Amino acid sequence: MRKLPNDLVTGFKNDKLPMHESAVKHVTGQAIYIDDMPEWPNELHVATGKSTEAHADIVSINLDKVRAYPGVVDVIVQSDIPGEVDVSPVLSGDLLLAGDFVHFIGQSIFAVAATSLRIAKQAVELAEIVYKPRISTLHPKESLERQEFVLPTHTIQCGDAKAAMETAPHKIKSDIYIKGQEHFYLEGQISVAVPNEDGGVLVYASSQHPAEVQKLVAKVLGVSVAQVLVEVRRMGGGFGGKESQAAVLGCMAAVLAIRNRCPVKYRMPRQDDMVQTGKRHDFWNSYEVGFSAEGEIISAEYDMVGKCGCTADLSDGVVDRAMFHADNAYFLPNARISGYRGKTHTVSNTAFRGFGGPKGVLLAEAVIEEIACTVGKDALDVRKLNCYQEGKTKTPYGQDVEENVLLTLIEELEESSDYRARREAIREFNKQSPFLKKGLALTPVKFGISFTSKHLNQGGALVHVYTDGSVHISHGGTEMGQGLYTKVAQIVAKTFGIDYQRVNVSSTRTDKVPNASPTAASAGTDLNGMAALDAVVTIKGRLQEFAMEHFSIAADAFAITDDQVVLGSETMSFPEFIKLAYMNRVSLSSTGFYKTPKIGYDRKAAKGRPFLYFSNGAAVSEVIVDTFTGEYKVTQVDILHDVGDSINSDIDIGQIEGAFVQGMGWLTTEELSWDEKGRITTNSPANYKIPTSADVPEKFNVKLFDRANSEESVYRSKAVGEPPLMLGISVWCALKDACASVCDYQFSPPLAVPATPEAVFYGMQAAEAFQLENQSKQKADKDQAANL
Amino acid sequence: MKFLLNDKLIDDNTLPSDFTALRYLREKRGLTGTKEGCASGDCGACTLLVGVIKEGELHYSTFNSCITPVQSLSGKHVVSVEYLSEFGGKASGGLHPAQQAMVEHHGSQCGFCTPGFVLSLAGLFENSQSSDKAIDRESVCDAISGNLCRCTGYRPIIDAGLDMVRTAKDAQFIELMSKNDNIKSQLLAFKEVEKPASLSNQSYLQPTTLTELLQVKTAHADATMIAGGTDLMLENTQRFHDFGTLIDVSHVVELKQIQCSGTTLTLGASVTYSELEHFSKTRYPHIYNLLSRIASRQIRNRGTIGGNVANASPIADMPPLLLAFDADMQLVKTDGSKRGVNINDFYQGYKTTLLAKDELIESFSIDLIKLDAFHRFYKVSKRMEDDISSVMLAVRFELSDDKIRDVRFAFGGMAATPIRAVTAEQSLVGKSINDEQALTQAIENLRSELTPLSDMRASSRYRLDMACNLIKKAWLELNGTQVPTFSGHALSESMLSLGNEITGQEGATHA
Repeated sequence: MRKLPNDLVTGFKNDKLPMHESAVKHVTGQAIYIDDMPEWPNELHVATGKSTEAHADIVSINLDKVRAYPGVVDVIVQSDIPGEVDVSPVLSGDLLLAGDFVHFIGQSIFAVAATSLRIAKQAVELAEIVYKPRISTLHPKESLERQEFVLPTHTIQCGDAKAAMETAPHKIKSDIYIKGQEHFYLEGQISVAVPNEDGGVLVYASSQHPAEVQKLVAKVLGVSVAQVLVEVRRMGGGFGGKESQAAVLGCMAAVLAIRNRCPVKYRMPRQDDMVQTGKRHDFWNSYEVGFSAEGEIISAEYDMVGKCGCTADLSDGVVDRAMFHADNAYFLPNARISGYRGKTHTVSNTAFRGFGGPKGVLLAEAVIEEIACTVGKDALDVRKLNCYQEGKTKTPYGQDVEENVLLTLIEELEESSDYRARREAIREFNKQSPFLKKGLALTPVKFGISFTSKHLNQGGALVHVYTDGSVHISHGGTEMGQGLYTKVAQIVAKTFGIDYQRVNVSSTRTDKVPNASPTAASAGTDLNGMAALDAVVTIKGRLQEFAMEHFSIAADAFAITDDQVVLGSETMSFPEFIKLAYMNRVSLSSTGFYKTPKIGYDRKAAKGRPFLYFSNGAAVSEVIVDTFTGEYKVTQVDILHDVGDSINSDIDIGQIEGAFVQGMGWLTTEELSWDEKGRITTNSPANYKIPTSADVPEKFNVKLFDRANSEESVYRSKAVGEPPLMLGISVWCALKDACASVCDYQFSPPLAVPATPEAVFYGMQAAEAFQLENQSKQKADKDQAANL
Repeated sequence: MKFLLNDKLIDDNTLPSDFTALRYLREKRGLTGTKEGCASGDCGACTLLVGVIKEGELHYSTFNSCITPVQSLSGKHVVSVEYLSEFGGKASGGLHPAQQAMVEHHGSQCGFCTPGFVLSLAGLFENSQSSDKAIDRESVCDAISGNLCRCTGYRPIIDAGLDMVRTAKDAQFIELMSKNDNIKSQLLAFKEVEKPASLSNQSYLQPTTLTELLQVKTAHADATMIAGGTDLMLENTQRFHDFGTLIDVSHVVELKQIQCSGTTLTLGASVTYSELEHFSKTRYPHIYNLLSRIASRQIRNRGTIGGNVANASPIADMPPLLLAFDADMQLVKTDGSKRGVNINDFYQGYKTTLLAKDELIESFSIDLIKLDAFHRFYKVSKRMEDDISSVMLAVRFELSDDKIRDVRFAFGGMAATPIRAVTAEQSLVGKSINDEQALTQAIENLRSELTPLSDMRASSRYRLDMACNLIKKAWLELNGTQVPTFSGHALSESMLSLGNEITGQEGATHA
């Protein structure tokens, strides 16, 4: 990898920032998603027959009526798959179609290709399947009891947690069940496969990981990877839900396309998507924390059980990241953090923005709220006391928090949000207000940037310059709305020194950049931007060499700035110069590559540096609660977030706000629910509620923390996709704070996740019960004293 | 079926009765700017504008095309996202003010929900410009209440909505669809020719008078009746059931009336929530506030009171309201015979009613005196907007002097049908309004009277606790204590600041 040329480190601060590259296409309806592509006259549509049992042997399958249904062209079961049936992303166990047993309700058992989706959906209902049910495990608590795991347990330790716990003057021991989250990308899962003339396929996918779709399609077809081409222009949202789980659609469409020699579309209607694809993991976290009278944490012991579902999918990384973030922004001198990969007979849970991190951060923040009430301090003071700072830099896994910015950032927000005055006003309000209670919380986030699977930390790009000076850029990253294409185009234009308008972004294709990593872990810009930069630097180097020779000038006499090529005392337009270079047979195309330096985690020792750097941020949220019902509104949010030197502050602020609201939704109105059979009962937006515009406060202030990344990231920017999701935890903490007001902050009552109105109502009830118990205890003590 | 789709006349009689407008645009017209996000009317990605002439003026409103039969649009002007830029482009160099503002404020990220938002905002712009109503935050949030966005967190979209008037000015945007004579004259021309056709050979029948309705219902005894279709159409789009003949009752004039005459308010069965909202805004603020928490703007534009009542869902919000007012229902049979039924007798069991197969609801009537009595509605749900009630309580107290003469506690979400808590009511009748013991008794009775279910919306325990607390809340309000209740509307400053919970006079004046 090349270093940034010195003249290029000025960054984007003073630039006129471009809009999202598709903004105009979005608002005019011209942006094309896969379902918008014209259909072939012979195109077929897929629906699958789904298991109605959580865990069972299949005794018999009768598909006669399905086959006979008018409009049905093909029906396949597992044995019809020409290649391998396993479509797991990393390990094994995810089958394209179930064989003789099923392990979640909704698992695909057979697939139908018909002349329309409607016909396919009607036909699958006609199957007759006989099951012999087995005992099912539906809850992570049961997984732990039965020691049923999809992968081995991992433990991180520092100091001596047990011994230190003994010495702690205060202890809290409790547990918290954190429910998962449905991605609810607006565009449901979809793929179209078109057979080519060589036995391979072209697959249009809505996937964050085209290279994996390509690999798995090749596997199920039994052809080489090179025979499969996957193209992704854009997704209508991904959020992690299309990292591993989108591949199934491409694979199914490809198998049916090859069998029937025609294009096949597999689009999941919303209900199938919500039933058949994985979600954010539930976590059951048990914790014991020892702390001083001041509220300084002395020791922490955490047992974190992830509800992985029926297979491993990406759960190893998810549970690891939950463990890596159980400290959040706080120094734990002694800690033991164990992460269990609980197996349940439910859909296999998967990546979701934050990738386990939120379940660690929420635990850390719940602990702080509870410590604060125990020692009688404002939670912010306990946060600042425990925050990573000089002398407190070592994480439980051994990486140092090198940038000492958290405390500065928190204090800047404390000041700008007027936290202290508002805290006082809220206490006063709560004293006098019988029916409404307010809550306030400032929570920080420190989020590790890099894939924890080291090999994924690489990026590739391909840059072409054409003779008219236009530039074409392909890279391994995918566009799901986050503005990656825009940022990479900006990086290319900036690095060249040319107008942004000259740069054209195109679809992500597996024949342009091979073996690309998923667009995930917030690393899209870090990896692909750097790879594109590398390609540009290569081409620019050739142009410089050519200019030196052709114009007989010194190396430093060549520059491209403001869309002009400087050649000593002369200047030339970029197209003119490129044309000249072409006539002189200069190569105008290059690949670029980047691999993240410095990182490495020794799993055996459970020590190392999994992350290149940390992205930081903090949010203050204020809520008002109706004590009759537990209903509430978020009335103000102030955010200060660290994105290093921003490449596009408009896009970054969009990411921060969107992530915050998504995090808030996870912790408030979005509640997944399953019945006793293991069937998901929240299977539609009619019963699963993501935030609407009315849930977002009018006072919603977002500022960027103005400071360059101390690591050599692309233009010293920082990753932004996931970290601000965890700022939504401030809303949950504010609700917990409002509940605690009921017992005058003597006790921070348990608050379920998500904090639905029902959960908040019972949080307040718990606080009231504590208050009553306390009062009767005090009275008893007094009586006893009087009697003496 | 004839309608104006953007600037094109559509004349197509080949479609099944239940073919949705969304599928028609995407599959038959190649207008793929309109997206399917859920096919259940819950996400708004498929939002379109529909223009109709009312009292000589063209008026636009939004609807969910994914659950709307395309044939219900007969005679109307339908606007999709593709047309906005074509239309706006004439004056502004490419984009409609709603589109321009969305671009400038970074209102799109993944872009999939964007066309729906653009149409909701364009409709708001259109209506505000033609009526000189200012666009404020509340009207923006109202307009987009049925549009879900998973990327932006809404702030930039709200800002875009607030900035449309400015972008219109900058672009010298002057053309309003509602002022376009060409569109207007085309729609007026339809009206003349469409009517006979609507009752002919087709599978989608749109009678316009009660007589016609009864005729077609007689002729098509097995046909399904559809009004807004906001629930019925899920059979088609979620369970893939094919309907046969549909009879659309939403144009029947007798079913559209909202009338205060003498001592009675009469509401036709086909009155939409939006129409009731408009009517109740100044007259009955508590009804108006409740409506802000029912579904979304798009659904309220199509969903009807009669549909909500006839659907007989135990979690519907209109039945408790009507129960609290002892509404009388006018039912009519295909032979033209009519009978009056009180709503208290209408529900027979889970999803079953008194309605005979050859019978339909014509209207509801409420004594104005009852509407003037103290009443409140409380809806509890996970989300403020566009959510189904966990519990809903409709309350009405009739007072004489300081005594409670009569009371209604009507609940949704507490049983297999909309239900009144009769024993709880009884414990307050004849008691002083401030008799706390009577209140305690009422709550105690309520606890033994109702046994709600646990489901994904709420636990049985919470439902019961809420039922009790809401009664308590109502009782406090009756006694003049100001007890704040969140609605779909913005929080008032007074609710956020101290001093709001002092004893007021409201209860007394309403009595």
